[in-house]
Amino acid sequence: MQISITINGETVTRDVEPRRLLVHFIREDAGLRGTHWGCDTSNCGACTVWLDGKPVKSCTVLAAQADGHEVKTVEGLETADGLDPIQQGFIECHGLQCGFCTPGMMMTGRALIDENPNPSDQEIREAISGQICRCTGYNNIVKAIRWAAEAEASSEVNA
Amino acid sequence: MQTPAPTDYVRATSVANAIALLEEHGEEARLLAGGHSLLPMMKLRVARPEMLIDINDLDELRGIKVEGDELVIGAMVTHNEVLESPVLAEHYAIFREAEKVIADPLVRNRGTVGGSMCQADPSEDLSAVGSALKASVVIQGSSGSRTVPLREFHDGPYTTVVEPNEILTQVRVPIRPGAGSAYEKVERRVGDWAVCAAGSFVVVSGGVVTDCGIGLTAVSAEHFCAPEAEAFLIGKAPTDENLREAANLAAAATDPSSDQRGPADYKRHLAGELTFRALKRSAAASQGA
Ligand code: FES
Ligand code: FES
Repeated sequence: MQISITINGETVTRDVEPRRLLVHFIREDAGLRGTHWGCDTSNCGACTVWLDGKPVKSCTVLAAQADGHEVKTVEGLETADGLDPIQQGFIECHGLQCGFCTPGMMMTGRALIDENPNPSDQEIREAISGQICRCTGYNNIVKAIRWAAEAEASSEVNA
Repeated sequence: MQTPAPTDYVRATSVANAIALLEEHGEEARLLAGGHSLLPMMKLRVARPEMLIDINDLDELRGIKVEGDELVIGAMVTHNEVLESPVLAEHYAIFREAEKVIADPLVRNRGTVGGSMCQADPSEDLSAVGSALKASVVIQGSSGSRTVPLREFHDGPYTTVVEPNEILTQVRVPIRPGAGSAYEKVERRVGDWAVCAAGSFVVVSGGVVTDCGIGLTAVSAEHFCAPEAEAFLIGKAPTDENLREAANLAAAATDPSSDQRGPADYKRHLAGELTFRALKRSAAASQGA
């Protein structure tokens, strides 16, 4: 079947089998390898992308279900102005080691801050509770997300 | 890499269209809601539908509203929508408390109420919530719709009274002024199925319990409920002693099996303890404490 998915603002049209999973469409068909593919069982969250503005596990969505819908991946975070604060936060706070979980963590963190600009550490931990990091012990991920929230809050005050 | 077996895919345009498609494709067709039960089963090839009928476009299955003295939850309402619903929270705290511990926030963005209920996993949380609240479900087929009490909905693990050519459209919950409710779950880690969970509502009036409901999951309570424990409480003061006795009766209504989540006697102990805690908080909430 032919499907068209808008990924990071660009429409990608491909012929796929109905059983194609969204994560494979993103990585193989659209060639965007920033989204990672880990457990395949909706446990790890490495495959997290936004579908119509909400973070979802793309290994548990059919590409066909996203036909005509909007997807945002980690490649869509950076703008002409530079890195998104969530990306900067992971740099500043050493929020990654191997980096495998990072794209998913950043997509969830970005969605959290959009909804709740001043999240507590507990709220951050809850938001990423469906995602697994094998390296960092999570503390620096929490700090990175908080850094991004604080950076945005202070830049809005200064603006 | 886990890949589902080949299948066809079509998007239903209305509930009537979905039912027509189910009739056209017969038993090899499956409705695709949030996909967070069906797709994992398809990846494991435990399920191999030949036709997926996607019902995500059906706005008539969305929304949470009050109709008369009932709360009406559309089958395609997501877990996160239940979690964040002000109208559900206003009437029953149990919804928010249960949803907070169902799967994880990402899964809750996709998984639906109707999908969870029809998957009918014996450890599923919303079945216990619905059973505690004595909810009913509306099931639609080509010859019309029928309303089935949730306590008659399950035919056993993973099976319900929904026929292959029918679709669950709504969950309906009676509004009970003055009711307090609560949910208590023990899970090994975030996102896991319950080791055991218990939910309840209690209405206390004139110092005695006038109405109550108890739901249990993951411990093989028939229809996820404990009617003897409920009957015991009616007309009694919500003292610790009475609540404890009701909780013991609830535990006696379970038949858990030992597995990797724990031995049977531990789970039965949990059933009693969690029922007691849920009842205690429900009764306190009903009395405005
Ligand atoms: S690959 Fe999707 S949750 Fe792990
Ligand atoms: S940085 Fe390695 S898994 Fe998170």
